Amino acid sequence: MDLQCRSLDVKIATGGVALDRDARPVLLIHGAGMDRTVWNQQTRYLAHHGFAPIAVDLPGHGGSDGACHETIGSMAEWVNDFIDEIGMGPVRLVGHSMGCLIALEVASSFSPNVERIVLMGAAAAMPVHPDLLGAAQRNEILAPQLMTAWAHGSRAHIAGNPTPGLWMRSSCQALLERAGDGVIFNDLYACNAYDAGDVAARIECPVTVIVGSEDKMTPPKATAQLVAGFSEVELKHLDGIGHMMMLEAPNDIRKILLEALQ
Amino acid sequence: MVEPDYLKFDTLSLHAGQEPDPTTGSRGVPIYQTTSYSFTDTDQAAGLFNLEQPGHIYSRISNPTVAVLEERIAALEGGVGAVCTASGMAAFHLACATIMSAGNHVVASRNIYGGSHNMLNLTMPRFGINTTFVDPRDLDAWSDAITPDTRVLFAETLGNPGIEVLDIPAVAEVAHQHGLPLMLDATFTTPYLMKPIDLGADIVMHSVTKFLGGHGIALGGVIVDGGRFDWAANDKFPTLSQPYDGYHGITFTEEYGHQALSMRARAEGLRDFGAAMSPTNAFHLLQGIETLPLRMQRHVENTAAVVDFLTDNEAVSWVSHPSVSSHPDHELAKQLLPKGAGAILSFGINGGREAGRRFIENVQLASHVANVGDAKTLVIHPASTTHQQLSADDLVAAGVGEDLIRLSVGLEDAGDIIFDLARALRASQKG
Repeated sequence: MDLQCRSLDVKIATGGVALDRDARPVLLIHGAGMDRTVWNQQTRYLAHHGFAPIAVDLPGHGGSDGACHETIGSMAEWVNDFIDEIGMGPVRLVGHSMGCLIALEVASSFSPNVERIVLMGAAAAMPVHPDLLGAAQRNEILAPQLMTAWAHGSRAHIAGNPTPGLWMRSSCQALLERAGDGVIFNDLYACNAYDAGDVAARIECPVTVIVGSEDKMTPPKATAQLVAGFSEVELKHLDGIGHMMMLEAPNDIRKILLEALQ
Repeated sequence: MVEPDYLKFDTLSLHAGQEPDPTTGSRGVPIYQTTSYSFTDTDQAAGLFNLEQPGHIYSRISNPTVAVLEERIAALEGGVGAVCTASGMAAFHLACATIMSAGNHVVASRNIYGGSHNMLNLTMPRFGINTTFVDPRDLDAWSDAITPDTRVLFAETLGNPGIEVLDIPAVAEVAHQHGLPLMLDATFTTPYLMKPIDLGADIVMHSVTKFLGGHGIALGGVIVDGGRFDWAANDKFPTLSQPYDGYHGITFTEEYGHQALSMRARAEGLRDFGAAMSPTNAFHLLQGIETLPLRMQRHVENTAAVVDFLTDNEAVSWVSHPSVSSHPDHELAKQLLPKGAGAILSFGINGGREAGRRFIENVQLASHVANVGDAKTLVIHPASTTHQQLSADDLVAAGVGEDLIRLSVGLEDAGDIIFDLARALRASQKG
């Protein structure tokens, strides 16, 4: 489905149903170089459990028009405009990785538009390995390869996809390979440059943070530093799970989301 | 510079797709010989039927043993997913039926397995899907044959039975320039010798019955979804890019993006056509894949020895295998198949059809069967068996002469294979 924001087409996934404007809206924001489809294990479930999921492609990603926004702050401003545009706010905001940083900024700077946030693979700082940043800048396939290798827990490198027949590692790599030239670099650079400051302390809405014990990209220690800044937060641990937790442990994530989003 | 710490091919051959059984700890893949699966509650049941959550409903659509095989093959090929079927032909049909409808058109290599040729040439037209066959080495022919109704380009990584090597990057470029996917039958090469997705293919299919299984004891097929083709980039693939009433209006590209083909092939194709793989066959085929790297190395070594023997034999008029320097695709094979160009070869026998008959009847170690890719050496006379449905003109176009013998080199001692062939060749010349 396509919506409009700032006069540009925005591709969204709604779980394969018409957008229900009377249901509780859940805006899901993807991570660096990815798109709406990373939420495909959650959107259709939420759509049939009383919510109106809107998994959005950020500008320049997936099927959305426009250029990528260069900073987390700029991405957050766009997300806030998008919430205004769809007229369904305040929304429940769910972020993954870079999407967490955007969610933090939206929740802290545009609080009337956000009812609560759920963060997966979150940290106050997301420094990016210089080799990865360099490969992304050169649009080399090494960038999707490194991101894929680091983004999954050890179990996901062997098996464990609950969707029969799907292979998680190549799925992640193929998704990243489909990103346009410069998109991955743009996003990684924005993450690398982001300074959270006291953003956690400025957030007043309820916060749920989900952390994977084998997350190498936002390790549990880094997540803990972010969590310490919230005045009120619910922390959920997933053992043996890496950064791509919504695909590595979709059943657990669905349960947590259903509880946290009520 | 850091490198991705991916598990390597040999490791994936043994492990991909399987964890020790959570209930019993079974290290081997259990055979889940069941038709159906108990639902935990009505919400879960509804969720499974409605694609809200993953899991097994009925073994026609998915099965835990088959799912291990699917995930393993997808891992070895570098695809986003795989769907196993009852046979290789069922896989071919599933792929075609998932992306095409009546009125669509295929451009296919003319040098393909007789069964595939038959399906495209005779059977699919009954359902409104027609095919133009082209010389796989002629890039202009591929391009010229594409019409507004074309939906896929199809070939084999190694042609049958002439063992033509497809220039995958070049044909993939032709396909992609026209907004079309390239589908390849990679049965003869297996992902050990070549990964077509890395070279530009979008859909890979196998008769898993052959080298992947390797033992000649279980039928199976698979389609592997490369996940790189954008099915929503144009309006040619409405089965993937338009709402589907079969699941209340879901649009597979919008919800599943790069996994759209895998999801639709299972959700519609296995559900409605029902050509599912049996769990016991999946178990047998998994045992074969565990040793795929070791077997393929040996297949290639034995093939080299047999090619050397045949090349020097007076009863043999020609030998066709890409490892032979006179083969038209010798240089291409070195580039695309550095580990070896497979274990299928063809040769011409002096004395034509009658000498061929005597050869077949005098092999003792090699088996006369309509199969390839077995651990055992196999021989056949295609003009009278696998390609017999083809007309005389199609036989000529496919490079199948009456003197042609197809050999699938097995894993026996190379000396024993050569002794058997030598004995049969001597007998063939005593007409």
